[in-house]
Amino acid sequence: MYFGLSEEQKSLEENIQRFLSDNASLDIIKAVANGDEDKAKEVHKGIIELGLSGLIVPEEYGGLELNMLFATVVSAALGSGTAPVPFAGSYIMSPMAINLAGNAEQKNNWLPKIAGGEVQVGVGISEYVGAREDAGIEFTNGKVSGRSLFVIDGKGADAYILANKSGELYLIDSNNSGIEVVELTTVDKTRTSIELILNDVDAEFLEGSKDKAIIEKVLDAGRLMLAADTVGAAQVMLDKSVAYSLERKQFGRLIGSFQAVKHMCAEMAADLEPCHSMIWHAAHCQDNVPEEARLMACQTKAHISEVGKQVSKTATEVHGGMGFTDELGLHYWFKRIGLNRQLLGSPELVREEAGKLQGFDQ
Amino acid sequence: MDLEYGPQYDNFRAEVINFVKENENTKLTGPARSESRVAWQQKLIDHGYFARSIPKEYGGYGGDMDIIKLRIIAEEFAKSPIPKPAGGQGIQMLVPTLLSLGTEEQKQKYIKPTLRGEILWCQGYSEPNSGSDLASLQTKAELDGDEWVINGQKIWTSTAHLSQMCFILVRTEPDAPKHQGISYLLMPMDAEGIDRRPIKQMTGDSDFNELFLTDVRIPAENIVGKRGEGWKVANATLGHERGSLADPNVTQNRLNSLIDLMKSETIDGQRVIDKPIFRDRLLSIQGRLMAQQSNALRILSSQINEDQDANLSKSIVKLQGTELRHELEGLAIDAMGELGTLYEDSPHLRDEGAWQMTYMYFLGLIIGGGTNQIQKNIISERALGMPKEPKIQGA
Repeated sequence: MYFGLSEEQKSLEENIQRFLSDNASLDIIKAVANGDEDKAKEVHKGIIELGLSGLIVPEEYGGLELNMLFATVVSAALGSGTAPVPFAGSYIMSPMAINLAGNAEQKNNWLPKIAGGEVQVGVGISEYVGAREDAGIEFTNGKVSGRSLFVIDGKGADAYILANKSGELYLIDSNNSGIEVVELTTVDKTRTSIELILNDVDAEFLEGSKDKAIIEKVLDAGRLMLAADTVGAAQVMLDKSVAYSLERKQFGRLIGSFQAVKHMCAEMAADLEPCHSMIWHAAHCQDNVPEEARLMACQTKAHISEVGKQVSKTATEVHGGMGFTDELGLHYWFKRIGLNRQLLGSPELVREEAGKLQGFDQ
Repeated sequence: MDLEYGPQYDNFRAEVINFVKENENTKLTGPARSESRVAWQQKLIDHGYFARSIPKEYGGYGGDMDIIKLRIIAEEFAKSPIPKPAGGQGIQMLVPTLLSLGTEEQKQKYIKPTLRGEILWCQGYSEPNSGSDLASLQTKAELDGDEWVINGQKIWTSTAHLSQMCFILVRTEPDAPKHQGISYLLMPMDAEGIDRRPIKQMTGDSDFNELFLTDVRIPAENIVGKRGEGWKVANATLGHERGSLADPNVTQNRLNSLIDLMKSETIDGQRVIDKPIFRDRLLSIQGRLMAQQSNALRILSSQINEDQDANLSKSIVKLQGTELRHELEGLAIDAMGELGTLYEDSPHLRDEGAWQMTYMYFLGLIIGGGTNQIQKNIISERALGMPKEPKIQGA
């Protein structure tokens, strides 16, 4: 029995964190947030060189064929550095969907290119989780029409995977005619977001997605990536709070010696520390314990979103007025956690699903 | 990541399952220390299902310290109505203390009867003016020939009315700094000069007592560790108490009962669990519990694999576990509404009043065993490396 990360997983985490501290400093994050797309591309290129685009792609298609536990380790490391790169949609959810639901041709066409970092595939399944503004897509005679909001990693993508209301998945080449891309500006400027408006666009059906288990698996994976990102980001906010409290003096004392501040930090640590274990456990269930996987994924997304919200608020308060400034930049982590909370279902929505999964309706 | 215990444990688990099945209808009668209870405790020791790693010469089973076997025993016993091994402060706190710091004579004399449930212990730590600041305690003991003479007052002494012995902290070196002036003594409860007064709690029960100690004489050899080392000796056991106060596996059983309750209770004919806000509160609590269970797995793993560090994970168990449990019991009361306030032997009472009782009891545990505010000091100072409050002159 060993509950925790392996040496290999720990060294992957350290490699990514080192890469980000060398290549995605706060100055670079700020530049990206202010619209410097070249800098974003450089960081993106770097994580492809680290092999992250092929993380879960099977070896036969040129990937590393690693499991969900590795994927959550990577996502947490990216969250800790507020890395301005596509990941959850393009390198986890989309290759997973194609691999599980695509036919041989679709797999051959897309998986090697995803693994090699040659293409980026965005994922739009918000309408399956809970449609806003009555958005949604319809598929008839090989064509898709409709709208999809908050397509994850959709900006600049070469293709999109979209879900209809019953969870069937369609693959759409972004060069096809009839696609309008509307850029959405969220508070989190370390990642991009788009809306797709589709009018009779050629689309390929991912046949395997007739089985609802496919979208559920893709959704679980996406939620775990977002939750892991939040754990990574929240841990940095806590670490920064403790460090700041040991530098800043008021009333002739380090503010970290006041119980009011110590208790804020202790509460953050007490809430957050179990979240590391929870995300590993949830990933382990995805990999090895299918009967517990779905409930665990829902509750992990919901619980970590709640802890993330609390930690990001408290950490900002520990920093006082500085916490509110762009100069210190703590808000990038705050906003990252804020977006993760809403994507693929806010806690209330995800818990509703967790209740149904346990048969509470019966 | 590997959550399997391994096939080498399959035989062991089968043995435990077999024992549990054969003995699941055992009923223990009579009060603590009665013959049938002592015999059952001894039977568990003989099979290695209790006191497993404690050496044979001190009345234990004398087995290896295999955490996974202990875990398997706990899992299989939890699934059955079979009587569980006795607990209490003697077994949880005194025995580990004597094993690591007691003299050979003390080990021989006390451990075996304590394990068998023949000697029950209470803990004489807190005083009216020394609660969170325990090290400021003032009950004193002076050596008079070959006897300690104890004078002072203790409070929150659990089960003092049932106990034969008390492990007690007293000031023996009044001129030393407060942490260095304390000694850890073993006091027979039938000694002259001990006046016990029960404290009635908000639950209506009296689990605690005040002890008034007037010229209580006990043998000089009844000291664990050296004079002035009592604080160190006591700290070796406080960790044992905190870990046992908020086991997430017990909370899981309560959550299951809460789900059943919310399915059976109705408001205007609608099940409480079908009301969205109630259901969301239930699911939030479940999410928090699942996080604590994952945390418990990490702690278990760190006990099996020596290279793993789980200090922060351990230091938050009492804080998180007691708060969660209090909220869980409170949700049950809300789910019952006015019916949730019924108590004692009222008509319409649910589950013998257990929800109210436990709701209040866990408020007690949020305070006891080191208040949760003290827990936050410990987490911030020992795990996060933040400074202690500056000392006030003269305190």
